[in-house]
Formats: sequence, C-alpha cells, structure tokens
Amino acid sequence: MSSDLSQSPPEAAGPPDRRPLIAFTWLWVGAPLAYGLYELVRKATQLFTG
Amino acid sequence: MAVVVVCSCVLNSLLKRFPDAYGWGPMSPPVAPPGWSRWLVPPAALSVHLSIGQAYAWSVFKPPLESALGLSGTQSALPFQLGIVMLGLSAAFGGTLVERHGPRWAMTVALVCFSSGFLLSALGAAVGQYWLIVLGYGFVGGIGLGIGYISPVSTLIKWFPDRPGMATGIAIMGFGGGALIASPWSAQMLKSFGSDNSGIALAFLVHGLTYAVFMLLGVLLVRVPRPKERADGRPAPLEGVQVSARSALRTPQFWLLWLVLCMNVTAGIGILEKAAPMIRDFFADTSTPVSATAAAGFVALLSAANMAGRLGWSSASDLIGRKNIYRVYLGVGALMYALIALFGDSSKPLFVLCALVVLSFYGGGFSTAPAYLKDLFGTYQVGAIHGRLLTAWSLAGVLGPLIVNWIADHQEEAGRHGSALYGTSFLIMIGLLVVGFVANELIRPVHARHHEPAATPAPKEGNDVVRPQPESA
Repeated sequence: MSSDLSQSPPEAAGPPDRRPLIAFTWLWVGAPLAYGLYELVRKATQLFTG
Repeated sequence: MAVVVVCSCVLNSLLKRFPDAYGWGPMSPPVAPPGWSRWLVPPAALSVHLSIGQAYAWSVFKPPLESALGLSGTQSALPFQLGIVMLGLSAAFGGTLVERHGPRWAMTVALVCFSSGFLLSALGAAVGQYWLIVLGYGFVGGIGLGIGYISPVSTLIKWFPDRPGMATGIAIMGFGGGALIASPWSAQMLKSFGSDNSGIALAFLVHGLTYAVFMLLGVLLVRVPRPKERADGRPAPLEGVQVSARSALRTPQFWLLWLVLCMNVTAGIGILEKAAPMIRDFFADTSTPVSATAAAGFVALLSAANMAGRLGWSSASDLIGRKNIYRVYLGVGALMYALIALFGDSSKPLFVLCALVVLSFYGGGFSTAPAYLKDLFGTYQVGAIHGRLLTAWSLAGVLGPLIVNWIADHQEEAGRHGSALYGTSFLIMIGLLVVGFVANELIRPVHARHHEPAATPAPKEGNDVVRPQPESA
C-alpha cells in the first residue's frame, strides 16, 4: 500500500506523523480482542481434550 | 425512535456549545484533515463493534438474574430478544438519519444508548425492578446496537473504495469478537462482585462505564474523506451508479440480495443454535461419544470460524467478486450440509470441518453484504440501504432456530434419536441455500431508471474520496 493511497492529500508543510496514533488505536482495540481470542482458544481445545 | 431523536437533540445542543473541541462542530461532518490516514478508521469502527457485540454474551447474565429476581428462563431472555428486535428496527429506520448526520453522530448515539442501557439495567437490578432491565438493555441499548452496527459501514466503504469487502469485514468481524471478549469478562466480574442484586447491579454499572470509554475512541477518531472538489470549488458529483435508499427498495436487486442474506443466515443459525446438542446427538451411539466439555469446545471453535469468515471471505470478495463469493457461500454451503447429512455420523473430523466451513460462510455473508450493496447501488446512501437489508437477519434469526428445534422435537416424539433428529432439517437447509443460490444468479446491474441524476452532489457529510484507486488490491 503506497502512502499516497492510504492518506488524504498532505499539506505543503507536510502532515503530522500519524504512526504513533495508528499504533495506539490498533492497540486499544487489539488488546481486548487478543484476550477474547486467548479465552476462545483455551475453550476450543476442550474439543480435543475434553 | 423517540430516544434516537432525543439523543440527537442533546448531542446537537452540546456540539453547538462546544463548536471547536477537537474537530467538532454543530452537527458538522468530521471531515479528515490533510494527511489523515485511512488506517485510523477501522479501529474507530472496531471500538464500536467490539462493544455492541457484547449482546451475544447476554446469556452470562441469565442464571444470576433468574436466581436473584426469581425469573423464568423465558423472562431472563427478554432483554436480549428485545435488543435484537430493536437492532433490526433501528438499523432499518435509522439508516437515513445515519446517512444525513454522518458516522460521528451515529457513533455518539450508539455510545449514549448502549451505555445508558447498562446504567438503567444497573438501577433496575439494584432496586429489583426487572422491567427497568428490559427497558434499559433491551429497548434503549437495542437502539444503540442497530445504530452502532451501521454507523461505520458507509464511511469505511468510502475510505477503502479499492477494498470495501476487507474494510467492512474488519468492522463486522468486531461484532463477532465482542462476545468473545464480553463472555469471560462478564463471567469473571460476576464471580468477583457476587451474583445477588447488588453484584449484578455493580457489574452492569462497570459494563456501562467501560463501554462508554471504549466507544469514545470511535467517536473521536472517525473521519469522513475530504470531498473531491471541482475547479470552481464546488463539491464534485459522485462517480458511477448511485441509487437512493428509497429507490433501492423498488428494485428487484435489493429484494434478491435480501433473500440471499436471509437464506445464508438461516442456514448458519440452523447449526449455531443447536451446535452443542447436535454434535453430542450425532456421536451418541458411536464408540467415541462427545462429552459436554468437548461440545462446549466445538461451540467455541464455531465462533472462531464465524469471526474468521467475516474477515477472510469478505476480503476474498475484493479479489474474486461479490457474486462469485456468494456462489461459494450458497453452493459449497449446500454441499457441506449434504456431506454432514450423508456421512457426518461416521466421521467426527468430517462433521467438525463441514460445520466450521458453514459457519465461516455465515459470517462471510454478513460482512460481504455492504460491499455487494455498494457494487449495486453506489455509495450515495449505502449505509441506509444496508440498514434496511438487515431486516433479513431479523427474520432468519427466528426462522433458523424454529426449523431445527421444531423438527428435532417432532423426530424425538416419533422415537428417533441421534443424527436422525436432524436429517430433515438439513434437507430443508440445503433447499434454502439452493433458493439463495438462484436468487444470487438473478441479480443484475440496477436499471438506469432507478439511478440518481448524474449531477448528484456528495452528501454534506463529505463523502467519496475520489482519488485514483486501483479496482482490486
């Protein structure tokens, strides 16, 4: 994905760096989802061990 | 809808009071500043969908409510059932409002309704008034479910015109993931706070406040693409075929796709509804019966397939096309049902594999629908059209469990047992999938008489990013 496709047109002075914000927001939603998936995997293994 | 209007008025007055706060304006569309990354929009959508997906974990609260308030199983299911009904109604009737006011307004309404639903329920549990829980979680919270579900769809499609399937797949996967998070989290909270009135009330209170904070990220983060402007500075008209929500309802394409979604969801729910007893019944008379614990693991595995299908198949539709992917969902889905019916009781791996494939198609059907709508009707009012399409889900939610449960009960009364309880149900599901397959084959491009005039301007929320983009990733 080239940057010109993934961003709005930048200003002449250059847009602020959004990478820290992108990392924070994906972590915000990714952390609880990872917890849910961990619990799911724990439960799903019961099909083979239970 | 009165609650939505009241929420809208409250929000409107707040925005007028603080017009300059972090990009806010009086009902102003949150247009992206220069350099805004579109990869900030999926987390905004996920923060809403991961929250409202909690609805599918309602069953965690059922046993404590039944013992604390002396309710029957039917009574304790009422808040969830009313919530799902309100989801369908508010998505269908609130879609036009969402298109008019934009995603930030919609996410704020969803946040206010979903969280205040929990707060009302906390009050109801604390004072022992069950009707407050039904009103709060079911009615008020249900409006939050419907508006929240459709809130990011249109915006995501506009940010990702080259990958609409993947973009909506990420968001709608979140709705499946919400229950995975809420189920163990709520259970742990009830264990810590206790299962009496005050413990349940405290759990509801914590849910309401936590989800409000979590969803706030979406409200603050969501942006619509900057509108393309003509040389004279006025907004450029939308490109390609554009059909309004009102006109879409008059096209055969909408109703054929409605039928496709209804058939696909009915077939998926048919397995999901009775997954645990089904796998136990299928292998009850074999040398390797399935224990209750293993059956619970099977249900968890189906949830994973549902979630993976939402992202995986919807992303694949960007490469092979929407019509082709629905051919797979419906055609291969029917084949999987046939394999389960014919050989399912002789091979546990085959049964599990086929059920997982069917459930992945069930999830994929949900998340591919918005991109299919975009292909047929354009982006002009795709969110509102999607809201109306979700009524197919409401019908399928009743139809699927009804077919499987009714037939299984009658087969049991007739003295049958094991896999014989489900044979007729599976034949009906195959028939429904064939009906959906034929409906998908009949879908053609929308006739020009339904198109909006060529000079249709982008709606005021900003809309189409009409930068040059590749058609497929």
